[in-house]
Amino acid sequence: MVLCLGAVCLVCSALLAGVNALTEAPIKEAAEKALKESIGAVLPQGGELSEERGVSVGDQNYVYYECTLAEGSTCYAVKSTVQGFGGPLTLMVGVLSDLSINNTSVLSHSETPGLGAKCATDEGFMNQWKGFNGVLKVRKDGGDVDAITASTITSRAYTLAVEQAVAAVKAVQAQNEQTKEETNE
Amino acid sequence: MEYFVIIISAIFVNNILLSQFLGVCPFLGVSNKVSTATGMSGAVCFVITLATVVTWLINLLLVRFNLAYLQTIAFILVIAALVQMVEIVLKKISPSLYQALGIFLPLITTNCAVLGVALSVAQKGMGLGQATVYALATSLGYGLAMILFAGIREHLSLNSVPKPFRGLPIALITAGIMAMAFLGFSGLV
Amino acid sequence: MSKLSLISRGILKENPTFVLVLGMCPTLATTTSAINGMEMGLATMFVLILSNIVISLLAPVVPDKVHIPVYIVVIATFVTLLQLVMQAYTPAVYQTLGLFIPLIVVNCIVLGRAEAFANKHGVLESALDGIGIGLGFTLSLTVIGMVRELLGSLSIFGWKIIPGDGILAFVLAPGAFIVLGYLMVLFNKLTKKN
Repeated sequence: MVLCLGAVCLVCSALLAGVNALTEAPIKEAAEKALKESIGAVLPQGGELSEERGVSVGDQNYVYYECTLAEGSTCYAVKSTVQGFGGPLTLMVGVLSDLSINNTSVLSHSETPGLGAKCATDEGFMNQWKGFNGVLKVRKDGGDVDAITASTITSRAYTLAVEQAVAAVKAVQAQNEQTKEETNE
Repeated sequence: MEYFVIIISAIFVNNILLSQFLGVCPFLGVSNKVSTATGMSGAVCFVITLATVVTWLINLLLVRFNLAYLQTIAFILVIAALVQMVEIVLKKISPSLYQALGIFLPLITTNCAVLGVALSVAQKGMGLGQATVYALATSLGYGLAMILFAGIREHLSLNSVPKPFRGLPIALITAGIMAMAFLGFSGLV
Repeated sequence: MSKLSLISRGILKENPTFVLVLGMCPTLATTTSAINGMEMGLATMFVLILSNIVISLLAPVVPDKVHIPVYIVVIATFVTLLQLVMQAYTPAVYQTLGLFIPLIVVNCIVLGRAEAFANKHGVLESALDGIGIGLGFTLSLTVIGMVRELLGSLSIFGWKIIPGDGILAFVLAPGAFIVLGYLMVLFNKLTKKN
């Protein structure tokens, strides 16, 4: 009896270990492809993309990618995670060298379908981030961000994520300035 | 403060039954009477909290040994074993409690609320304290919805309902109206 | 019983959603649109067919006392397999269905068919039963999804039929219960008369 159960468990785990080994690479590839696509979507076309880098602001760590454009300016794609309404909300935020937003895209979310989930599908909400250059607060809180109807919490979280990304870029720029000065000396 | 938000959101805003649809089968099955609904809620509350703590520890081991892909299998087996154990222990220690909850326990293994909470805790990467509070609050929300619903159904059974609506259809529509009422809580957190 | 009736039975006479009323959680949760409902149905069908086949093979060898745990392990294996494959090749679908893919393990339909059918019948019949019940489940979910999508966002399979916003409540939780309730009434009315 125990032998039978044990044998079934063993065969099943062996099978899964095999499948896991087979699908591990495609899963990674798919995740990488999604990441590359989101970076492509939030940064201006062309330009040289750097490796993944890390920066910390306060006690938060951010992953970011630096991109040097043809005309010489640098822009950044920052991965920013905040607590949304239904769970973590992760965005990719493209920030230009003058700290204005180029574009944003949602990497993962668990917001309510039909309400908060619109942050990844509603054109009106998404398009306002293209070249956004205003106060990073929802209109209700006295800012320039148009919230999704009936989803103020998600909109606030989204805005906070963008704000954090800008703060992260500020920190990166300050860091880069410092290293430049040090090498000059 | 953080725990307070978790509790309110798990009980009212993201009510496990009325907005996440986990554990709907027993919700429709045993909600004819308030007394059975209370018994079921008690058993679910107990098992969800216990299972979440245990699977949280198991998940720690699985991640440590790079076996995260065995999560689903491991969780369901642990939950099944746990339910069995609770049944045996309860029978020994407190026969009166066993009398009250006993018949509901075997049904709980296939209650997706238990596995659902365990998996979403693992997915959201909560800490042990957070996970426990979340599990407890979620199961309280389950009990709240279940007992309220049973109360309505007791009244409903006294009314004459058109024939094709009798039984489950009218129960589902009632649940829909209740879900609408719970929707009013969104925006609270 | 003829092979064809094994399949057609799952769609009408033993429809898992409207007659057996099993697997309510994914039925309510993933039918926010017709496509989502269909994808969930197909995922369940995949697990159902494979677990039915394996369990019909295993049933004669497994001692009676441990048969439930063995079935659960078999089902959980196929679910994990599905999870891994979906993560690798259709990550977008995996993300929308989310928690409800691993929860196929506790879907009463799968274990129910293993207990009520697959452990008493041959491989071919069990496979056909899996296809029939799976098709019935997929069809039901697609229909519920279609109704909810039409009322909630005025489109079907993502195609906008009528311009405008629709009634939001039908995409949200209350709509799931209400649409399923009324569809069940309709199903009762149509099938009981004949």
